[in-house]
Amino acid sequence: MSMSMWWRCKVKKVKLSEIAHARSGDKGDGSNVGLIAYTDAGYELIREQVTVARVKTHYHKICLGDVDRYEIPNLKALNFILHDSLGGGGTESVKTDAQGKTHGMGILSMEVEAPDEFQTSY
Amino acid sequence: MVRTIRIGNAQGFWGDSVDEPVRMLRMGPIDYITMDYLAEVTMSIMQRQKLKNPDRGYAHDFVQFIDRVLPELMEKGVKVIANAGGVNPEGCRKAILEVARKHGVKGLKIGIVSGDDIMSRLDEINDKGEKLANMDTGEGLFEQERQILSANVYMPTNGIVEALDRGAQIVITGRGTDPGLVLGPIMHEFGWSDNNKLALGTVAGHILECGGQACGGNFTRWREVPDMTNIGYPIAEVSEDGGLVITKHDGSGGMVTVDTVSEQLLYEMGDPKNYITPDVVVDFSTIQLSQDGKDRVRVSGVEGKDETPFYKVSISYLNGYKAVAFLTIGGPDAYDKAVKCAEVLWGRLERAGCIYAETVTEFLGSGVVHEGIVPKAVDAPEVVLRVGVKDPDRNKVNRFGMEIAPLVTAGPPGCTGFSGGRPKASEIVAYWPALIKKELIDVHVDVVEV
Repeated sequence: MSMSMWWRCKVKKVKLSEIAHARSGDKGDGSNVGLIAYTDAGYELIREQVTVARVKTHYHKICLGDVDRYEIPNLKALNFILHDSLGGGGTESVKTDAQGKTHGMGILSMEVEAPDEFQTSY
Repeated sequence: MVRTIRIGNAQGFWGDSVDEPVRMLRMGPIDYITMDYLAEVTMSIMQRQKLKNPDRGYAHDFVQFIDRVLPELMEKGVKVIANAGGVNPEGCRKAILEVARKHGVKGLKIGIVSGDDIMSRLDEINDKGEKLANMDTGEGLFEQERQILSANVYMPTNGIVEALDRGAQIVITGRGTDPGLVLGPIMHEFGWSDNNKLALGTVAGHILECGGQACGGNFTRWREVPDMTNIGYPIAEVSEDGGLVITKHDGSGGMVTVDTVSEQLLYEMGDPKNYITPDVVVDFSTIQLSQDGKDRVRVSGVEGKDETPFYKVSISYLNGYKAVAFLTIGGPDAYDKAVKCAEVLWGRLERAGCIYAETVTEFLGSGVVHEGIVPKAVDAPEVVLRVGVKDPDRNKVNRFGMEIAPLVTAGPPGCTGFSGGRPKASEIVAYWPALIKKELIDVHVDVVEV
């Protein structure tokens, strides 16, 4: 079902952890967060709803720069670059997570809206 | 029957498992073992070691591994490719040659690939008008006086191929790309040179380069990973007709699924359509993954584009000093007391005239790494206060380290866990990524036989 049809049906909130998995690593003074849906339907949900604006808001205390977003449909995945999120980057930072290792798990608590009958099992 | 080779990566970084290379050799059939020791910061550490002792500046772990398994390696004919050479591949080979003599080995060929270390060529490169502009900021390297610690080019993979072509069983390199360690033997075995084949080999290398991370390490659904203690490291099964399967040794722990491999594909990913290496530009949006039996994932459809006219250079330089300290605060009111500790600490340092270029104050246990995402756990039964400073003034950074212990007796009650002496200032090694024209760099390959 496309986004435009949603107003017709009941929706529920699902956590990204129920429909996707993730991994992150460092990219200079930023980190990358790869978000991978388990199903094609799950990919449609994240593609439509996990926008640059939502990601920037979600990481507002962590990511001080811009957010870049790439779609990788063949892997059912989105890739985000969180610029200026490591306190100066791998070797220079004095932050605990100087390499963004935890950023991937952080996105999985974000919620998206899904049709009531949406199956979250993978 | 289509010819197939098995390449396993047994080392994801300097400091990775010391047992895995031996397990990779013994637990099942393998043709090549690759070992990745180099991170950006590693090169500067090795350059420092070499300054103190011209015989050092490489990954000594690698020499110990070879010492542990050399006769077995010879008997099985397994080839090893490692970027253990760091800033001194020749020195690394000298150490390996000594090991070979000790074992009484004959007929072993050892190759080194170098040319990546341009530290001593920086003046010449500057004279040629190369700016080595920072890829992030655009600033030229030579615009300001800087204490440069190391400068290494990410070399193309053809050096590894040439060393293997000349019969080397052990290939020691300096800085190259991580995926090149895997692409090298593939190019050597099958003579591949078209972009799609180079891209396939590069993707194999990318999946393997972080060791356990392809096999259930760092995996989101970690509870499902079987026998994590004995996790196997990834193996690329590559066949002459362009087939690629990611797997691991039978009997090892962990798992290889489309999900574990997908996660690793996205690790440290930038623009997925343009994954740039010195050999090829890979388009990750063309990759198809499918489960091909238990712990086997097939990779297909990979497309590549022409290489760029530049190599990437990794330059490191000294950029001030830093220190970090920890203090554990027990309850009740652990969080509030930790906040008080921090206030007192920074207040005392200010009184001593110490204002820092940058400070960090973290209350570990209250929700630091996901700050702003999870609610602050202000009722945590204990909190670890983690404080740090950065500054160009080494003495000031050392002064910070003197102000931690007094918090135990002249701060809130129940502060503990401070031991090991005053934290000392350590050098901050900053990293300067730049591009250099390919024609300025030559690959050197040298193979000797014991």
